[in-house]
Amino acid sequence: MRKKLLIITASFFIAVISFAQDTTDISKMLEDELKANDQNKTVYTTAAFKTTRLIDGHSIENTAAGVLDVKISHRFGTIGGANGGVYNFFGLDNATMRLGFDYGLTHTLMIGIGRSTSLKTFDAFIKWKILRQSTGKRNMPVTVSYVPTIGIISFRDAAVYKSFSNRINFTHQLLIGRKFTEGLSLQVMPTVVHRNQPVDNGPNDVFAAGIGGRQKLSKRTSFNAEYYYQLPGSKVPGTTNVLSLGFDIETGGHVFQLHVTNSSSMTESNFITGNKGSWGKGDILFGFNISRVFNVGKKHTKEW
Amino acid sequence: MKKQIVTLFIISLFALSTSAQTYITRNGRVTFFSKAPIENIEANNNEVTSFLDTQKGEVAFVALIKSFKFQKALMEEHFNENYMESNTFPKANFKGTITDLSKINFSKDGTYTVTVKGDLTIHGITKNIEAPATINISGGKINANSKFNIKVKDYNIKIPTTVVNNVSETISITVDCKYDPLKKG
Repeated sequence: MRKKLLIITASFFIAVISFAQDTTDISKMLEDELKANDQNKTVYTTAAFKTTRLIDGHSIENTAAGVLDVKISHRFGTIGGANGGVYNFFGLDNATMRLGFDYGLTHTLMIGIGRSTSLKTFDAFIKWKILRQSTGKRNMPVTVSYVPTIGIISFRDAAVYKSFSNRINFTHQLLIGRKFTEGLSLQVMPTVVHRNQPVDNGPNDVFAAGIGGRQKLSKRTSFNAEYYYQLPGSKVPGTTNVLSLGFDIETGGHVFQLHVTNSSSMTESNFITGNKGSWGKGDILFGFNISRVFNVGKKHTKEW
Repeated sequence: MKKQIVTLFIISLFALSTSAQTYITRNGRVTFFSKAPIENIEANNNEVTSFLDTQKGEVAFVALIKSFKFQKALMEEHFNENYMESNTFPKANFKGTITDLSKINFSKDGTYTVTVKGDLTIHGITKNIEAPATINISGGKINANSKFNIKVKDYNIKIPTTVVNNVSETISITVDCKYDPLKKG
């Protein structure tokens, strides 16, 4: 008898439960559905920086697949110091530039080439995103990229560059970055610059640590800072570390970067190991980068 | 004992028959289109989740903003970062009712034109909207389509003056959902 009663009670409860479920309103069901969905989906963090360069060096951003990014960068002469002042129109009389073309092969791999005024240097690089910051099913706190760059100096000076080997420098960088909030992104850039036959008195391998970040000021503007510190053990004598501060302004297809820095070079091997300008002596110069993107390839992720 | 089994059977039948009132899709499609002098912008989201309660005529949708796919990567980035602020407002949703539910006979194949009324939440702003919808019933499956326009300023989305010729003030939204009966796990 007791058993029967138990079964009846149990079936009554089942009926109540199933009935209760059926009357649950659908927006509640939708919420439950989404909660389950959130855990099964990986959401990648995007737009940690406005463009693929922080100021002089690379940011953790890549050019999207099939997109060509034309970069025109200028550095003027020093505002103060011996070569600045009113006579030199605060450096605007002297301009150096880099013209660069970056292209996204896939969403994790981009390539780029460039030519700079400074030492008439050609450069080429690959940027490979090894890890992507994400939340959800796959939770990854940082984005990690590997960037090998080659710099070839073509400046004619037979006394300094005795062989072709003197002119080639290799830079290997790891970019480890995180978008902490919608506005704040930070990254560190452990770097080694390998020079086959250095023309200065420095070592073959120069180790440096870069640090940089951005804080958004509005939806379309941000304040950026970047610093490359040559580790004391391998610092090139007579050179200074590069500190750059600037603003990013994004207007649709363009990103304008305006900054002050103590380096006129824009190739990693040149500005990390060969910079002479000093903030303390007024060797601060104004510069800008203009980035314009063009969709040239077919987008790989077209899904309809 | 037999009696109890019969009772249980009846109860389970009851549970089954009521669950068939709810229909679901996890890959509904929402498209939006902006027509402006310089460029037309189209985005697709094929991962929209929606429930439809055929007895009460209630319908609910949720779309993840980040799941909208654009032809140009930069458009997608600006859409998320500058316009929709998808980190702060990751989802858009709609909850409403079919106002003329009696027009539809869900057990008979056919196409019915109805009106859906309810609350649309985009960019953290909720507005009451009304849209025409077409319900097609065929072989126990329900296919729902709708097309309506919204004004971006109603949802506190600002278009900078520099891009007024690139982005339209009025966005046309198309919904296409194929529902299946909800199976209880």
